[in-house]
Amino acid sequence: MKNKSAIRSVIMASSVGTLIEWYDFYIFGSLAMVISTKFFPQSNPTAAFLSTLATFAAGFVVRPFGALFFGRLGDMIGRKYTFMATLLLMGGSTFLIGCVPDYKTIGFFAPLIVLILRLLQGLALGGEYGGAATYVAEHSPKNERGYWTSWIQTTATVGLFVSLTVILITRKTLGVDEFENWGWRIPFWISIIMVIISFIIRKNMNESPVYAKIKAEGKSSSNPLKDSFGNRFNFKFVLLALFGATMGQGVIWYTGQFYAMSFIGKVCEISSEQTDTIMAIALLLGTPLFIVFGKLSDKIGRKKIMMLGMLLAIISYRPIYNKIYQTTNCEKKVLITEKIISKKSDPIVKDKIVDSIRTTVMRMNYSDGTIKTITAKDTLTLSHEIKPNKEIKKSIELNRIDYWILILLVFIQIIFVTMVYGPIAAFLVELFPTRIRYTSMSLPYHIGNGIFGGLLPTVATYLVTTAKTKNNPEWYLNGLWYPIIVGSICFIIGMIYLDKNDNKIEE
Amino acid sequence: MENIKKYLGIVWIATGLTVGYFNVMIMGLPKLQTGKQEDLVFAIINLTILTPIVVGGLVTFGYYALKNEFKKNGESK
Repeated sequence: MKNKSAIRSVIMASSVGTLIEWYDFYIFGSLAMVISTKFFPQSNPTAAFLSTLATFAAGFVVRPFGALFFGRLGDMIGRKYTFMATLLLMGGSTFLIGCVPDYKTIGFFAPLIVLILRLLQGLALGGEYGGAATYVAEHSPKNERGYWTSWIQTTATVGLFVSLTVILITRKTLGVDEFENWGWRIPFWISIIMVIISFIIRKNMNESPVYAKIKAEGKSSSNPLKDSFGNRFNFKFVLLALFGATMGQGVIWYTGQFYAMSFIGKVCEISSEQTDTIMAIALLLGTPLFIVFGKLSDKIGRKKIMMLGMLLAIISYRPIYNKIYQTTNCEKKVLITEKIISKKSDPIVKDKIVDSIRTTVMRMNYSDGTIKTITAKDTLTLSHEIKPNKEIKKSIELNRIDYWILILLVFIQIIFVTMVYGPIAAFLVELFPTRIRYTSMSLPYHIGNGIFGGLLPTVATYLVTTAKTKNNPEWYLNGLWYPIIVGSICFIIGMIYLDKNDNKIEE
Repeated sequence: MENIKKYLGIVWIATGLTVGYFNVMIMGLPKLQTGKQEDLVFAIINLTILTPIVVGGLVTFGYYALKNEFKKNGESK
C-alpha cells in the first residue's frame, strides 16, 4: 500500500492535467458566440456548416473515438505515456485555436483549421479521463478508491468554473470591445502555460504499479479492442456500465451544469452576468461534495449513492425548474415604473445607402427590486422609414433574495451531480480487469456523458419548442422529459442489474 | 429476481426499438427536409451514429438479459 504523500502526488499530477483538459474543452463552448463571429460568419453557408459540425462532432462523435484510440494505447503501452500524449494534444490544439487568423484574414481556411483543432480537442478529451481515473485508482488502496478518484471527478466542474472565471476576469480587465476584438484569445493562450507545468509533473511520475506488474509478467492485452468488445463476458459489462450508470450520469450532469445555465439565461432571460455568477457560486459550493460522496462510497458502496442521486434528480427536476421559472416570471411581479429611452446612432453608410440604427431601451422596475430591460434595435432609413425591429434583447436583473433562491436551486442540482458523478470513476475502474481497463471504461463513459448528455440541449430544445407551438401551459418544463426518461431507464437498469460483486480489479 | 432480470430483457429490446423509431421517424428523417443547415448535420449524425449505438446497445443488452447473462455470479462461455 502506498503512503499518503505518494498518492497525493499522483492525484495532483492526474487532476491538474485533467482539469486543464476540461478547461480547454469548455473555453471553446463558453466563447462560442465570439468564436462564431470571428471564424464562422452565418452569411457564409460553408462556414456556418463547419460551425455546426464543430459543435456536434466534437461533443458527440469524436470523444468515443478518442476513448477507443487512446484507451487501446493505454492498455498496450501504459497509462502514463498515453495520458501525457492526450495532455499535449489538448494543450497544443487549444493554444493554436487562440493563434488562428480570423475569417476576414484567411477566409475559408480559418473555420476549417478551427474545426480540425476542435476535433483534436474532442479526441484528446476522450482519451484523457479514462487514463487519469485508471492511473489514480491503480495507485490507491482498495478501501479508499472512491475517495482518491473523486478528486479526478471534481476536475470537470472545476474546469468549467476556471474557464468562466478566466473569461470573466479577462473581459473585465480589457473591456468588452477589446475582449471581443482580440482579448478572447487570452484564455486559449493561458492554457499552454498550464499544460507545460502539468506535463513536467506527469513526466516525473511512475507508471501505475498494477499495470507495470501485469506488463512485466507479459499479461497485458495485445488487442484491447477485441478483448473489450469482442469478448461477450466483458462486453455485457460495458453495456451494463453504459445503460446502468453512465447514461443517467450523463443526463444528470448536463442538466445540473448546462441545462440549468441555458434555462436561466434563455428561458428566464436573466442577464448574462447574473447567470454566470449564479452558476459559478453554485458550482463552487457544490464541488467539495464530489469528495464527500466519493469517500462515502468507500464505506456504503458506490451503487447506493449513485442510484439515490439519480432518483432524487428524477423526482425533483420538475418542481425545481418550476420554482426557477416562477421566481423569475415578471408577469407575477408588480410593476412600479416604466421608462423608455430612445437613441439614434450616427448615420451608417453601406452599399451607398445611408441608414441609422435607432436603439430603444425600455426599463421596467418592479416592487420587489427586479429590473427588466428590453432593448430593441430598428433601422432608420434616410427617408425616416422604419424597417422592422431586427433585434430585441430582454434582460432581467433579479433582486438579492431571488438571486440567492436561484443559487440554492442550482446548488441542489449540483448535489445530485456530485452524488451520481463522485463515485463513478471508482465504480467503472472496479468493473473491468487491469489488462483492458482503460479501453473498457473509457467507451461507456464517453458514450454516456458525450452522447446521452451531449444530446440534452438539442432534444430539450425540440421538446420545449414543440410544447410552446402546441400552447402547452407548462412548455418551459417539457425539456426536462429527456433527462427524466433517460435517468429513469438508467435507474431501473442500475437497481436491478448492478451487483456489488461485479468487481474485477486485480490487485 | 433472476427471472425479473431475464424477462425485463423483452422490455429493453422494445425500448431500443421504440427509441429507434422515434430517432428515425421524428428526430431524423423530418430534420433532413427542413432545409436548415443545423438540422441537416444533426439528422446525419443522429441517423448514422447515435441511433445505431443506442438501438444496437439496448437491443443487445436486452438480448443478453434474456439469455440470463446477468445472472448473479453467472459466467459465460
